[in-house]
Amino acid sequence: MTLKTEHFALNLGPVHPSTHGVFRLIATLDGEVIVDIEPVVGYLHRGIEKLAEGRTYKENIPFTDRLDYLAAMSNNLVYAMAVEKLAEIPVPERAEYLRVIMAELQRIASHLVGIGAFIQDLGAFGTPILYMWREREKILDLFDMVCGQRLHYNYMRFGGVSHDIPDEFLPALAKFVDRMPGFIDEYDQLLSENEIVLVRSKGVGILPKDLAINASTSGPVLRASGVKWDIRRADPYSIYNRFEFDIPICTGGDSYDRYWIRMKEMRQSIRIIKQAMEQLPKGKVLNKAPLRLRPPAGEVYTRIESPRGELGFYLVSDNSERPYRFHIRAPALINLTALRQMLIGWKLADAIIVFGSIDIVLGEVDR
Amino acid sequence: MTVAISGEDLAVKLEAQFPASIVKSSPDSLTVKSEFLLQVAWHLKATPELGFDYLTSITAVDYGNYFELVYHLMSLEHNHILVLKTHCYGRDEPVAPSLVSLWQGADFQEREVYDLMGIRFDGHPNMKRLLLWDGFQGHPLRKDYSNDT
Repeated sequence: MTLKTEHFALNLGPVHPSTHGVFRLIATLDGEVIVDIEPVVGYLHRGIEKLAEGRTYKENIPFTDRLDYLAAMSNNLVYAMAVEKLAEIPVPERAEYLRVIMAELQRIASHLVGIGAFIQDLGAFGTPILYMWREREKILDLFDMVCGQRLHYNYMRFGGVSHDIPDEFLPALAKFVDRMPGFIDEYDQLLSENEIVLVRSKGVGILPKDLAINASTSGPVLRASGVKWDIRRADPYSIYNRFEFDIPICTGGDSYDRYWIRMKEMRQSIRIIKQAMEQLPKGKVLNKAPLRLRPPAGEVYTRIESPRGELGFYLVSDNSERPYRFHIRAPALINLTALRQMLIGWKLADAIIVFGSIDIVLGEVDR
Repeated sequence: MTVAISGEDLAVKLEAQFPASIVKSSPDSLTVKSEFLLQVAWHLKATPELGFDYLTSITAVDYGNYFELVYHLMSLEHNHILVLKTHCYGRDEPVAPSLVSLWQGADFQEREVYDLMGIRFDGHPNMKRLLLWDGFQGHPLRKDYSNDT
């Protein structure tokens, strides 16, 4: 005799430790098995796109910090690049190198949080994430040295960066890049072949390659599904074409691969930082841009490979001091598009892991 | 390096296939009539030498007498991009065809445009607000929306 079961709806969140912020998932369950889910976002919506239309271009830089607050440098960078393209402001060599160093440090810091939170979602509550926090702290100290801030940097300017690095920065950075590979080895030993990690994440929440492309996913999520696509290589911006680095890909598209790809990417970021330190030229770090900047009328779309994927800014200028339209292409939101297909058929406990493996930041999802 | 496909060159080819579908073309972008949007988008995706398999971004701009929808399309295989645009008229309930049937990536982005700009997408499987709550009045990214309410 088969048991007759009845579907029921369960609300996860908006306030729930596994949702990494305020995010709600309405799950329809058959026992423990997910039949349907509906993500509900917007709890952190601050209307940044609208607010930005009322402020000058320069006043909007701090807003970009508050989008993806785990990768504020990347958000600063792409916005500055967009305005520079619109207003044709050149950037000094030294500033380009500093931007790359900051963006890659930011990638490591963001991936550390992504991996730490993912392992926490697996049930290893508390301890492993502190290993990642320990190294992230070193990166935040480095950022603190250059701009006095640990989270919201406001470091990029149109035409360069706000400050040159202090004398103690490069020795501290050298120490960090020397030690970091050893720490990544340590995570590897602790986690990558850990039986619990493997059993709970291998083969769980598979995102097939064609769906990954069709659903416009980007960044580590896309590459874990076997698509070799990284904007730093495919459409090089800043000075990325001067560095040697590999683009790691995985082919499984499961939660483990999304974890594993971040581990590999951190090693590549260290490679880039080392090369940038060797090549770092002397000189000024900021070209003066007009205080009351009025870019010529027109529109621009600029994109970078942020830790979460393709982060783009679409700006429309009407030759006034304020942007006519300020749109953010948010990878964290768009990476959630395929979540429903990834979760259907899995158990509720797996949903937490799959969701964690996508590594979203609600500040960017909701904007 | 990603190549930007010229809207002007493409317009010549499209005009042969879909007569009277082009509103405007420039080296940077291609604007089509909204009733042709779905057909043109399908053509861009299905033609092997164009191969636009990836919908990067959808957004909308309020120009007062019309709304401009801006689609950034990309081909991962050929590494080229195209900015496709269409115009929607009327402020009560402008409508545009949904592209979810071609690219699932349009799902949340079209809902966002509907939510903040008030353009309804015909054929979208779940056309409702994304970021704001269901009872919210108005569409904040429109230029005539007042913050004072």
